[in-house]
Amino acid sequence: MRHQNATAYRFLAPYLLIFAVFWVWPIISSFMISFQATRTVPWRFAPGFNWGRLIGDPAFFNALENTLLILVIQVPVMISLALVMAVLLNSPLLKARGLYRFAFFAPVVVGEVAYSAVFRLMFNLDFGIINKLLNSVGLPKIDWFSNVTPAMALIMIAVTWRWAGYNAIILLAGMQSIPEDVYEAATLDRVSKLKQFFHITLPLLKPVIVFCLVLSIIGTMQLFTEPFLITERGGPGGGTETLGLLLYRQGFRSLNFGYASAVAYTMAGLAIAITLVQLWLTREPK
Amino acid sequence: MSSRSSTRLGRSIALHLFLTPLALIWLFPLWMMVVFSTMPDNGIFSPGIELLPHGNFIDNFNNLQRDTNFVGAIGISVSVAVTYTILSVLLTSMAGWALARYQFFGKGAIVAIILGTITLPYAVVLIPQFIMVARDFKLANTWIALIVPPLFNSLGVLFMRQSFSMMPDDLFDAARVEGVKEWRIFLFVGLPLARPMLAALAIILFLASWNNYLWPLLINSQPGSMTAPVALGTLIGLTKVSWGGIMAGAVMLTVPMLVVFVLLQRHFIAGIAAGAVK
Repeated sequence: MRHQNATAYRFLAPYLLIFAVFWVWPIISSFMISFQATRTVPWRFAPGFNWGRLIGDPAFFNALENTLLILVIQVPVMISLALVMAVLLNSPLLKARGLYRFAFFAPVVVGEVAYSAVFRLMFNLDFGIINKLLNSVGLPKIDWFSNVTPAMALIMIAVTWRWAGYNAIILLAGMQSIPEDVYEAATLDRVSKLKQFFHITLPLLKPVIVFCLVLSIIGTMQLFTEPFLITERGGPGGGTETLGLLLYRQGFRSLNFGYASAVAYTMAGLAIAITLVQLWLTREPK
Repeated sequence: MSSRSSTRLGRSIALHLFLTPLALIWLFPLWMMVVFSTMPDNGIFSPGIELLPHGNFIDNFNNLQRDTNFVGAIGISVSVAVTYTILSVLLTSMAGWALARYQFFGKGAIVAIILGTITLPYAVVLIPQFIMVARDFKLANTWIALIVPPLFNSLGVLFMRQSFSMMPDDLFDAARVEGVKEWRIFLFVGLPLARPMLAALAIILFLASWNNYLWPLLINSQPGSMTAPVALGTLIGLTKVSWGGIMAGAVMLTVPMLVVFVLLQRHFIAGIAAGAVK
């Protein structure tokens, strides 16, 4: 067609404008802000100011360590659980499938604030239902909020509850796109269900699993609401402070935009590294 | 024959014995949310184990309304989510249409920028967005601040691009031969054909806006301009606050979405699963 350039850009213009102003430009802008001293007006270019502070800041390393610790434990546990959910929900033997799907997928629609509030009450030291149930079976109460290890565990439990079903939905969709006849041929050859899972389902599902891993890693890396609301601003004593929370404190409590941008770009660097690993893992064999 | 069906039965029993407790554990927090929302505060903070709903929801709701103007905040949340969803579906489907149906200068670059930046964490744009909206445009605590910046989301563009590019050319060429204008082809041929995808996209966008927390927390922090999740979040951690009220608010945020989920499950799942199909 003759006028395709004009036509195409008429359709694209409104979105591109928003996309440029609120996404592309901020990506560039925060990179530049991270090289500026922003505590005093006017801001001035001082390349080492924020990044120099970052590499000597124990609060940064604490947040980085907590974030990575949550990543390394929570993400694999959640993806494995999601895989189990997806496999079992896909089983032809399952009755009342709708009920099970509802149970696992319902958390997907629950907002972070609502579920953070519930988890805070459920895990309350003296009156929380979890400690009451632990007590009733003869186990000691756990002080979920005053000790670092249980507090971290609580954050991981909460995030896993919220996001396992989400990943199960994606994995289930991936499984259902594997052609039936592959399994039929395997069944005819008397290959056991377990072997079929490891030798057919898992390899064919690899790109989807990697996608879920990347999505979850990038999501968990930005973890903010749960340590903000459940363990109350990263408590006890910074024990559950994450990079997301550090960015919030520095950027929006101390209004230290330069330093917060450096923290943000640390997260971006991690995300880019993880995406490159994903591309490498799912590359087409040549 | 009989041994095969008996192993099937055994498998089926094992499956249900494993999955049922897991499902109950997964439902437990939601169930407790409902239970807490119906209990008086002195009941929530009492030593006994209570697993069944009481009748205190209305009192709790009144306490919540006393602690913060939750009804007003819900009004803001609903209006923002509806407006955002309509605008975002419109903008992203227009962009997706252009990327799927036309050849034009710069197309490859636009797709490359969208795909190349989609996995960057949102945290990267948070600070410049805040400086722009609050300081440069002076739009903090307005509806525009809640609705417009989140429209950058490019998931819809990719989703709609894929939907439109799967449609056969003849559908549109027939109309072109008749001399129908491109925007009419988009509106009256393209969009109606994409209805299921639009539904899935709209649900996902509505949910994202409804539950959005960090951006509204930062940009609309004045009491009269808060969304419902932000208003509820301000109560968490206060000392003199009704927890039954907070739970009533949590139920009001959650239950409508659960109903939508049950009614429109297919679209919901299609929308989430679409993220994985590139």
